[in-house]
Amino acid sequence: MTYVFMAILVWGVGWGINIAISRRKSSRWASPISAVIFGITFIAMWELIGTGLEVSPIILPLPSAIGPTFVNSLPIMWADFVQTFVKSALSGFAMGCGGAFLVSLAIDRSDFLQRGLLPVGNFVAALPIIGMAPIMVMWFGFDWQSKAAVVVIMVFFPMLVNTVKGLQASEVMQRDLMRTYAAGYWKTLFYLRLPAAAPFIFNGLKICTTLALIGAIVAEFFGSPTVGMGFRISTGAGRFELDLVWAEIVVAAIAGSAFYGLVVLIERAATFWHPSIRK
Amino acid sequence: MRKIWHNVFPVLVVVTAIMVLWYAFSVVLNKNWAYDKSTRGGYELSFSELVADTWTQKKPHLPTPDQIVVEIWKTTVEKKVTSVRSLVRHGWITLSATLLGFVFGTCFGIILAVGIVYNKAMNNSVMPWVIASQTIPILALAPMIILLLNAGGITGIVPKASIAAYLSFFPVVVGMVKGLRSPEAMMVDQIHTWSANKMQTFWKLRLPSSVPYLFPSLKVGIAASLVGAIVAELTLSQDGGLGARILQANYVGATMLIWSALIVAAALAATLVALMGLADRIVSKRMGFSR
Repeated sequence: MTYVFMAILVWGVGWGINIAISRRKSSRWASPISAVIFGITFIAMWELIGTGLEVSPIILPLPSAIGPTFVNSLPIMWADFVQTFVKSALSGFAMGCGGAFLVSLAIDRSDFLQRGLLPVGNFVAALPIIGMAPIMVMWFGFDWQSKAAVVVIMVFFPMLVNTVKGLQASEVMQRDLMRTYAAGYWKTLFYLRLPAAAPFIFNGLKICTTLALIGAIVAEFFGSPTVGMGFRISTGAGRFELDLVWAEIVVAAIAGSAFYGLVVLIERAATFWHPSIRK
Repeated sequence: MRKIWHNVFPVLVVVTAIMVLWYAFSVVLNKNWAYDKSTRGGYELSFSELVADTWTQKKPHLPTPDQIVVEIWKTTVEKKVTSVRSLVRHGWITLSATLLGFVFGTCFGIILAVGIVYNKAMNNSVMPWVIASQTIPILALAPMIILLLNAGGITGIVPKASIAAYLSFFPVVVGMVKGLRSPEAMMVDQIHTWSANKMQTFWKLRLPSSVPYLFPSLKVGIAASLVGAIVAELTLSQDGGLGARILQANYVGATMLIWSALIVAAALAATLVALMGLADRIVSKRMGFSR
């Protein structure tokens, strides 16, 4: 019981610090610091309550068990990471988003196609596309190609819808101005419409980073070579090697956040002029 | 009438184009098996025979839409609902988990959003994690969560519903926080001059103005909770459901089954999202938000 009381104490202290921080004059670091304190409090409570109530490590491994497993099985993690993230998710992401970008440039020129494709795109974006995974495995085999194909289908329509919306973002007045400068289609595209579309395009890319990783991992539940994050998670859960599974989830979380963060960094560099980024 | 046609006609053209492509692709993808049969049988296939064969195979790589429609008809209308092969039964299992999860996820999301908006410490400490958790592949956790709940003696619909709830919860939190903060300072000041207390500000200003933000999140959320229920059924396949059906069909290579389950899942998703859209229209019309 002492451990549980300690956990409650830790929670009280963490919460108290956070309230104290939020009451002070708000500084630039207030929010990140309280987020970090919240995270540490959460992990500490997990450890303490797990020890205190003697939760079986088969059900919920403690952070102190996950850490060493993480370090010890780094080679496995690396192989899984390369298979799932680099080969499946990244290649699918590049192909899907690149393809959607080109297609949206093409349909942007035709009002008819826009009115036809956008409702279909919105419809498809809401479907449980992940169910296509077994079919892709059947068509493209067990290796990363089938996972990349699932990722392509998953990211294509969200990216398409966002890019088309972005290409419409420039105002009529601005386009007229470009016309008075005697700028043709391509010049208008490069100097006005693509920059105006950039916030929307990056929004699409950010949504797609998460989708790509989810697609690659879940597609591996339907059959994969004996390597990959989704493979490790599903077989590990079946064999009750839960510390390994949790370590794999940590890798997935880090990879996902880093991927997202990278896109955000590129966005900040590319759309530095946008009001939401300009300070 | 003219305006509806203006919007519907392009969609029809696109859908027709997709159908034509679909039939073309099913010829391309199924032709190897057709040629295999003909070389073993020792006869030549003319092009029309080839096409006819690729569109009527028993286990095609890509079934044609009409084959799928026939298969769905057989497994919904012609099968008893109690049969393990009935897609109505499996669809209902998935739908009930989806709806239960969606309701829980939405309620929890709204409560958390209220907490975040009214408590600064919570905003500082919880909100970054809510946003960060959207960047990590939550669905990868599904097998783990189910295992955890099973070990705790919780079985049946609850584990599936909790995955569904987990997925629908994040869009709702983000949308509601935005919505509850949407009243401008001028409006908040106005209601303050009417000496409204905190509760009144919440019920009469913040909550009503969050509605236009809530419904788009609900649309995303219900689609997400359907995906969550389906993925959860991959791990809990003994209980049935559309996801379990897809997985079992995958083991035996029954492509028709996979496709029919997929199309039913897609129809379910489309219906749920459309219902949400309808609710959105009715509510925003009655509240005076309508465009």
